[in-house]
Amino acid sequence: MTIRKSTAMIAAITMLAVGACAKKTPNVLPPAPDGVDGGGDSGYGGVVPGSQEDFLASVGAMGDRIFFGFDQYNIDAEDMTTLRTQAQWLQRNPAVRVTLEGHADERGTRDYNIALGERRANAAKNYLASLGIDPSRINVISYGKERPAELGSTEEAYSRNRRAVTVVIGR
Amino acid sequence: MQALLVRISLFASALGAISAFSALAQTPPAPPADTPRTAEVVAEVSNERTVIAVPSFATSSVQSVAGLRTDSLGRQIAEVISANLERSGLYQPIGPGGVRAITRAEVQAPRFADWQARNAENVVHGFVDAGSNGSLVVGCYLYDTALGSELVRKGFEIQPADWRRAAHKCADAIYSRLSGEAPFFDSRIAYIAESGPKGNRIKRLAIMDSDGGNHRFITNGQALAISPRFSPDYKKIVYVSYLNNRVRVFIYDVAAGTQKLVTESGNATFAPRWSPDGKQILYSMAVGGNTDIYRISADGGTPVRLTTAPGIDVGGSFSPDGRKIVFESDRSGSQQIYTMNIDGSDQRRISFGGGRYATPEWSPRGDLIAFTRMGGGEFRIGVMTPTGGGVRMLTNSWQDEAPTWSPNGRVLQFFRTTPGREGKSSIWQVDLTGVNLRRLPTPQDGSDPSWGPVLP
Repeated sequence: MTIRKSTAMIAAITMLAVGACAKKTPNVLPPAPDGVDGGGDSGYGGVVPGSQEDFLASVGAMGDRIFFGFDQYNIDAEDMTTLRTQAQWLQRNPAVRVTLEGHADERGTRDYNIALGERRANAAKNYLASLGIDPSRINVISYGKERPAELGSTEEAYSRNRRAVTVVIGR
Repeated sequence: MQALLVRISLFASALGAISAFSALAQTPPAPPADTPRTAEVVAEVSNERTVIAVPSFATSSVQSVAGLRTDSLGRQIAEVISANLERSGLYQPIGPGGVRAITRAEVQAPRFADWQARNAENVVHGFVDAGSNGSLVVGCYLYDTALGSELVRKGFEIQPADWRRAAHKCADAIYSRLSGEAPFFDSRIAYIAESGPKGNRIKRLAIMDSDGGNHRFITNGQALAISPRFSPDYKKIVYVSYLNNRVRVFIYDVAAGTQKLVTESGNATFAPRWSPDGKQILYSMAVGGNTDIYRISADGGTPVRLTTAPGIDVGGSFSPDGRKIVFESDRSGSQQIYTMNIDGSDQRRISFGGGRYATPEWSPRGDLIAFTRMGGGEFRIGVMTPTGGGVRMLTNSWQDEAPTWSPNGRVLQFFRTTPGREGKSSIWQVDLTGVNLRRLPTPQDGSDPSWGPVLP
């Protein structure tokens, strides 16, 4: 796959994502895990290839995450598109490892939500693996309801919080 | 940890001069026939609360022991007793503020007419004196003002730092004598102290007395901490830490200030619980997205897998006899409550009402299981029998979650979360009547309370 083609695809996906997001696009990202290269060595254009920054630039603003229905963990068609784009980047950066963070909305009990976040992160991991990504490159962690991206207590916020987020953790 | 090494001794041999005191203290007299003893009566009493006067405890002579003045402690002990009795919901204490001080001589010769004039059916008297070798001696008496009779007589020799325990023991003796219920004030809570913005909460393991006193932070907040449980001997706390960005169960040693992993498999482990004898731990482990419940020796070793159903089997709580486990599972399609034997056999669903049922906790008395019920846009605390009958909801709020039982099985603590961007959690308690609902004071926001047994 050429860079050009991939960029076009991202643009399309980004539009899709924006359309699906309705009004508001959250910009709050979870805190970076240890080991993320948050800057320092700047590569060409200020973005280090294979970095979290590079990943986000490649997959688009919300392309690092997929969303789930209430108490659900299935990968739908929109999620597949998002994960395919992630897989393409991972294939271009074969030395990079990622963490898949599973999250739940606040309308569940704490322990169950950790289990639910595990389910969601594993569903995303399994789909990436089915696309040829070596599962040993993918860590999984569930934050349950501990790290909401959207802070409101509305159905809109909950739909943004039921998510699995791919985060680059380095090489 | 000092507070757990506290020594509260009855007077038995230490002070011969008040041997009568010790004899009575060791064998509490049977309550008279008119003392309410049943749950049904407790529910009635809660609507018309008994007035109990609690004046400041007297002192023989004002002395300073370990920097604490005996007269100041007399006031503080009365305050703790008064607050405990008030929070139980059964009593309406008056004092120590707003009632007259008593003399040391009055402690054993109350002026009953004075307290009757304040409409007090009962009056608590006590003293705080300097003991030998830097100790304190605290006496605790309960009287019936109409009959002019003595109902409770207790004495404690304590280290000065443990004065609050003497107050809790005194309140426990009063509560037990008047209600017929087992004591519960002299017990401790492990919980999670919360601070910071909702999207990035700092969550620290913390401990406190049952009334919020003697508060102490355990972890520094760098790693997210959740779901603590005090061991039955209060020496350890099992909890989940996100240390090194992983989800794992640790046992924290309170005295040593160190912690160890319960088990290491590369998978997430969470929702830990102690067995009633403190020798075993239940935990949940997610493998490839499927969560099951395991049991392991608290000293480590090979875990035993108890559930195998596809889906999320999580949490759990031992029956007080250690023979059964109540847990939650979504094997039916939504969270429901199940029981099983401790070897995993005979798994059966016990919750069948509308909504989802979660976080089951077996009462220390064995008669009830407390839970969180989710439905109709609310999370509420309720109880039911171990076979799923007699469901009663005790709270009504946007999000009440994760009940924990008082040692006598009469009161539940839980945490209440408010909605919205500034939503916060705090610790509350409610008794089995559902009438007496109180917020527990904590220095920060709080969640995940875990109530331990009455201290010896």
